[in-house]
Amino acid sequence: MNTLERETSYQADERGYYGDFGGAFIPEMLYPNVEELRSQYIQIMEEPSFQEEFHQLLKDYVGRPTPLYYAERFSKKYGAKVYLKREDLCHTGAHKVNNTIGQILMAQRLGKTRIIAETGAGQHGVATATVCALMGLECIVYMGAIDIERQAPNVARMKMLGATVKPAESGSKTLKDATNEAIRDWINNPVDTHYIIGSVVGPHPYPDMVARFQAVISKETKAQLLEKEGRENPDYVVACVGGGSNAAGLYYHYLDQPEVGIIAVEAAGKGIDSGESAATSALGREGIIHGSKTLLMQTDDGQITEPYSISAGLDYPGVGPMHAHLFRSGRGEFISVTDDAAMQAGLQLSKLEGIIPAIETSHALAIFETRKFKEDDVVVINLSGRGDKDLNTYIEYFGL
Amino acid sequence: MNRINQKLSEDKKMLSLYFTAGYPAINDTVSILTQLQESGVDMVEIGLPFSDPLADGPTIQESSTAALKNGMTTQLLFDQLKDIRNTIHIPLIVMGYFNPMLQYGVEKFCAQCQEVGIDGIIMPDLPLAEYEAEYKAIFENYGLINIFLITPQTTDDRIKQIDAASDGFIYMVSSASTTGNISGFGNIQSDYFKRIAAMNLNNPQVVGFGIKDSETFIAATEYQKGAIIGSAFIKHITENGADSVADFVKTIRK
Ligand SMILES: Cc1ncc(COP(=O)(O)O)c(C=O)c1O
Repeated sequence: MNTLERETSYQADERGYYGDFGGAFIPEMLYPNVEELRSQYIQIMEEPSFQEEFHQLLKDYVGRPTPLYYAERFSKKYGAKVYLKREDLCHTGAHKVNNTIGQILMAQRLGKTRIIAETGAGQHGVATATVCALMGLECIVYMGAIDIERQAPNVARMKMLGATVKPAESGSKTLKDATNEAIRDWINNPVDTHYIIGSVVGPHPYPDMVARFQAVISKETKAQLLEKEGRENPDYVVACVGGGSNAAGLYYHYLDQPEVGIIAVEAAGKGIDSGESAATSALGREGIIHGSKTLLMQTDDGQITEPYSISAGLDYPGVGPMHAHLFRSGRGEFISVTDDAAMQAGLQLSKLEGIIPAIETSHALAIFETRKFKEDDVVVINLSGRGDKDLNTYIEYFGL
Repeated sequence: MNRINQKLSEDKKMLSLYFTAGYPAINDTVSILTQLQESGVDMVEIGLPFSDPLADGPTIQESSTAALKNGMTTQLLFDQLKDIRNTIHIPLIVMGYFNPMLQYGVEKFCAQCQEVGIDGIIMPDLPLAEYEAEYKAIFENYGLINIFLITPQTTDDRIKQIDAASDGFIYMVSSASTTGNISGFGNIQSDYFKRIAAMNLNNPQVVGFGIKDSETFIAATEYQKGAIIGSAFIKHITENGADSVADFVKTIRK
């Protein structure tokens, strides 16, 4: 069987729908760009030369396969067999680079010479700037003016890598607005530019394409778990969800295995009912953001509202359409975690396992305080990123 | 006959203006419409503000943000337009983004449009395929003309497809651009205007984006039926006040 055929029933259909969610709600100005990509992405990804280059770079440049690490002390504390999929050990410090490697190869094959991206925390911006440096392509990263201030080290990294960082001054000046600005740039530069979206969001085919690039995470997990546990399937897979790309990657090859429980962890911010939250499945209703029909935080009048989370990477008012479908269909269990619980979980993993996680990831770790597992449950958590970028936030929060 | 088709059948070049409802002040809508009609404008796009206007440049982004801050909502716009057809007889189009319409309820939105006397709708982010699959029947049931966009990058095949799906006019975006973003027209535009005119489409075309003065209006209507001005008009009322509409229209059609 061809490896790129639809491997699960939870994947996008021809029109880019996951159940009720997805599609391509884009202005006509973007139609040629998106259609060019849509009509070619599968074929390009299937080319042996593409597969070879992609996997070679993942191995030699990114450092894959990432380890699947049995977290013994953490497991003992919570009474389950917990494995950490170490995406934090990827080059640049998070899973984001799996997608940017794939998309830069895609952009080259589409003949594009100019790359744009949006970024919140700066992780995707750094991962994009990195692959642009690698391939010698021009790179422009849009970042909310507020995020530029609070993520200064990543801004400096992007600049060192040769990228231009442009502030998004509209709206709330965070990730949503950076994405708007990137889309506007694409409208103004339809011929030479490829837009590298950083998560499983945006118009079809982006959610599907990004999920396929991130699927390497669960592909490796299966083989590694077979070696360690004598079975490919864990009882649960757990990931934090901002847009949902690290989650999509970990779930991908398990979506159609009903015996594998899927747990998605969203940012509750200061609490679901506090008015300062980013827990889209709890607070969102069906709507359209950045070209996709999905669950969306919005007013009764259909204006998109400002989310809040201590973690810039989860501070997004929507969620990828795949996850909206996992939520509505009941296939996924959705849990939300407050800033405080996430920060404590980050500190705890550092002390128990010697791994300082990104604050996004800390949300996924925090569920063990309330969500109980059986002693012999095998649980794989996507350790989506490392905490270096978050040191300032940890320092301030804990008064270190 | 729909007022849009009626107007298109007149033997003159059409001048159409866009403004954002609720801007500069929340209750300016009716006054601006009245001044536009009195100034001889042929058609108006009433902008329903959205928090995340992807296809718009800074001017319309800012007017939208201000209008929302002023308290503009979908229901309030319909309330403001309740008696509009007692005085306004030119075609009126609601232009906005699809999410507010979706939240209001597509059918309820269309019914309200018909009730207050709206003739057409422009939703840039409601693409042809989605429209035809889900919403066409509803729009038509309430007598609303849906206007589609084309750009210089739109292929001939797709233009023909859009022409076949249209019943009114085709909105020709003048360049690969968000609104208010180009500094004038060059060869790319005149080649594009000529190329589309030569296609002999069933629907007349109206050019929008980047038209800001009498020179660009004349260039845009050399081969096409009309032109739409948005950002330049918003800038004008920002600088000169909401009762200065006639002054602006005079500079376009001397
Ligand atoms: C380490 C890490 N994890 C998770 C996320 C959230 O993104 P996604 O939900 O697409 O994985 C980010 C985004 O910046 C991140 O940096």
